[in-house]
Amino acid sequence: MKSTEKVIVVKDLVKDFGSFRANNHLTFEVYKGEVFGFLGANGAGKTTAIKVLCGLLKPTSGYVKVAGYDVYSQSNSIKAAIGYMSQKFTLYEDLTVYENITFYAGIYGLKFKEIKQKSLALIYKLGLEAHTHKLIKDLPLGWRQKLAFSIAIIHNPEIVFLDEPTSGVDPITRRQFWKMIYEAADRGITVFVTTHYMDEAEYCDRISVMSEGCIVALDTPYELKKKYGARSLNEVFLELVRTKQSI
Amino acid sequence: MKSFKGLFKKEIYHIFRDKRTLLILFALPVLQMLLFGYVITNEIKKAHIAIYDKSNDHTTKDIINKIGSSGYFNIVKTIKNDAEIEDTFKEGLVKEVLIFEPEFAVKLEKQNIASVNVITDASDVNTANLLTNYTTAIINDYVIKKNAQSSIPLKIDIQTRMLYNPELKGVFMFVPGSMAMILILICALLTSVAIVREKETGSMEVLLVSPLNSVQIILGKVTPYVSLSVINAISIILLSRFVFGLPMQGSFILLLFECFLFILMSLSLGILISASTNSQQLAMMLSMVALMLPTILLSGFIYPIENMPVWLQWVCKINPATYFIIIEKNIMLKGTGMESIWKETLVIVAYTVLFIGLSVKKFKVRLQL
Repeated sequence: MKSTEKVIVVKDLVKDFGSFRANNHLTFEVYKGEVFGFLGANGAGKTTAIKVLCGLLKPTSGYVKVAGYDVYSQSNSIKAAIGYMSQKFTLYEDLTVYENITFYAGIYGLKFKEIKQKSLALIYKLGLEAHTHKLIKDLPLGWRQKLAFSIAIIHNPEIVFLDEPTSGVDPITRRQFWKMIYEAADRGITVFVTTHYMDEAEYCDRISVMSEGCIVALDTPYELKKKYGARSLNEVFLELVRTKQSI
Repeated sequence: MKSFKGLFKKEIYHIFRDKRTLLILFALPVLQMLLFGYVITNEIKKAHIAIYDKSNDHTTKDIINKIGSSGYFNIVKTIKNDAEIEDTFKEGLVKEVLIFEPEFAVKLEKQNIASVNVITDASDVNTANLLTNYTTAIINDYVIKKNAQSSIPLKIDIQTRMLYNPELKGVFMFVPGSMAMILILICALLTSVAIVREKETGSMEVLLVSPLNSVQIILGKVTPYVSLSVINAISIILLSRFVFGLPMQGSFILLLFECFLFILMSLSLGILISASTNSQQLAMMLSMVALMLPTILLSGFIYPIENMPVWLQWVCKINPATYFIIIEKNIMLKGTGMESIWKETLVIVAYTVLFIGLSVKKFKVRLQL
C-alpha cells in the first residue's frame, strides 16, 4: 500500500438499465498511487462501473466520489481530473503523432507553451523522434498503444482509467506497457485498469473480481492466492466465477 | 475556446487528408454544375443539319443564312437529291434535314404560302423536338419580319415553346436545385458520417470523458463543414452567374442569408442522423436514400410538383428542399425580397429547430446507455 489517501470511494453503487442490474451494490476504495486491477468475465459489469466512475453514466443509487468529487453533481470536475484510455483504439489514424498529442493536450486545456514542451518531451521519451510527423496508421500497434497511454496521462491526472489497454498486443510490448504503468503510479497517478490477462493481474497492487454485477473478491494477488489455496490468479478467478454462478 | 480551436483544426486535417471527403466536398459541386449545365440541358448548340434546297432562290438563301447564323445550327451538308436524305441520316452525320419546295419564293409571293419540310432524327426524341421548335421559330421570325414589309399579311400561326422560354436555358432550372442538393449532401451526409466515424472508432468515448461537453464536441465537428459549405454556396452562385449567365435579380446578401439558414437546417438533419445510428454505412445510406432522392425528384428540382399525383405532392410539401428551391428561384430569377419568401424561410427555420430538438433528445438518451 503506497498511501492511505483515498482517491476513489464507492459505497453501495447500483446501476440499472431498465430491469437489468449491471452493478449490484458495489463497495470499494482505491488509494492514491495504487495500481488497481478490475477483473471479471465479459458482461460482468466492469465497463459500466468504469463509465460511472468517469462521469459518463449517472448511478441509479449509491455513494460515489472520484478524486474528491461527487459523480452526481460534479462530473465536469471529475472529467478534468482523470485520464481515460479505452479498449477500442482511440488515436486518430489520419493525424500524425505530433498532431494527436497536441490535440488531446489541447482538449484538456493545457497552455500552448506547455503543450509544445510536453509533446516534445513525450516523443523523446518514447523514442519516436523519427516518427514525429508520421501518420498514426503507419505505426505498429504496440507503439500506438504506448503512445495512447502517454497521451491519456499527459495532463497529469489524479487517476487514469485503462479499459483493457493491452488487448491484441504482443507479450513484449505488454511488459513495456506495464513498465509505463508503474512509472505513472510512482509519479502518484492512480491506475485503474481492467484486464482479461491473469498474468497482468499479478502486476496489480490489489485486484477486485467482478461476477454478474457483484464484487466477489478484493485483495492483493498474494492474499487471494493464499485464501483460495491456488498457485495462480487464473485458478482463483475460475474458482470465484464458478462459485458465484453455482449459487 | 482553445479546445474548440483544437477540434476545428483536427476536423480540417480529417477533411483534407481523406480523398473521398475532398472529392465530395470540392469536385462534386463543380462536376454537378457542369453536368446539369452542359450535359443534361434543354438547349441545343451547333446542331449538325443538312439543307436540301430545291428552289435555290433569294428567299431560301435568306432563311438558310438566318438559320446558319443563329448559333444553334451548323450546316454541314447540302443535299442534291431525294435519295441522299435517308443516306445522310443513316450515316448519322446530321440530326435534321431542311427541305425547301421548288419555287419557294415565287409561291410565297403569289400564293402567300410556301412549304418547308423539317425532318428530324427522332431516335433522340428530345433533341428532335427541340430542333423542330428552334427551326420553326426561326422561319416564323423570318416570315413575321417579311410581313412587316409586305401589304398583304401572311397568316401563319405556329405556337412554339420558344415563345415561353426563348433561349430554353436549362441552367435556370437546374442551378437552384443543384445548390439545394449540394448543400444537403455536404452538410447532412458528410457531417453525419464524420460524427458516426468517431463513434465507430471509439474516439467519441474519449472525447466525452474529456472536459469538453457534448455541445462543444458537436460544434467543433460541424463548424468546419459550415465554413466549407458557405464557400461552396458562394462558388456555385458565382459559377452560375459568370459561366452560365444566370441572372441575379434579387439581393445577393439575402440569397447568402437564405443559403446559410438552409445549411444550418441540413446540418441539424445530419446531426440527427448521426444521433440515430452507430454505423457509418447506415448513416451514409440514410443520407443518400432519405435525402438525395427526395431532393432531386420530389422538390420541384427537375420535375414540376404540379404534375405529380396528390399524395406525392404532399411528400414534396414536407420536403424542406422544396421551400429552399422556391426561395432561390424567387431571389435569383424574379428578384423578389423577403416579403414574398418569409413563409418559406420560416418553414426552414422551423425544421432546424425541430431537428436540433430531436437530436438533443436522442443524444441524451444515448449518453445514458
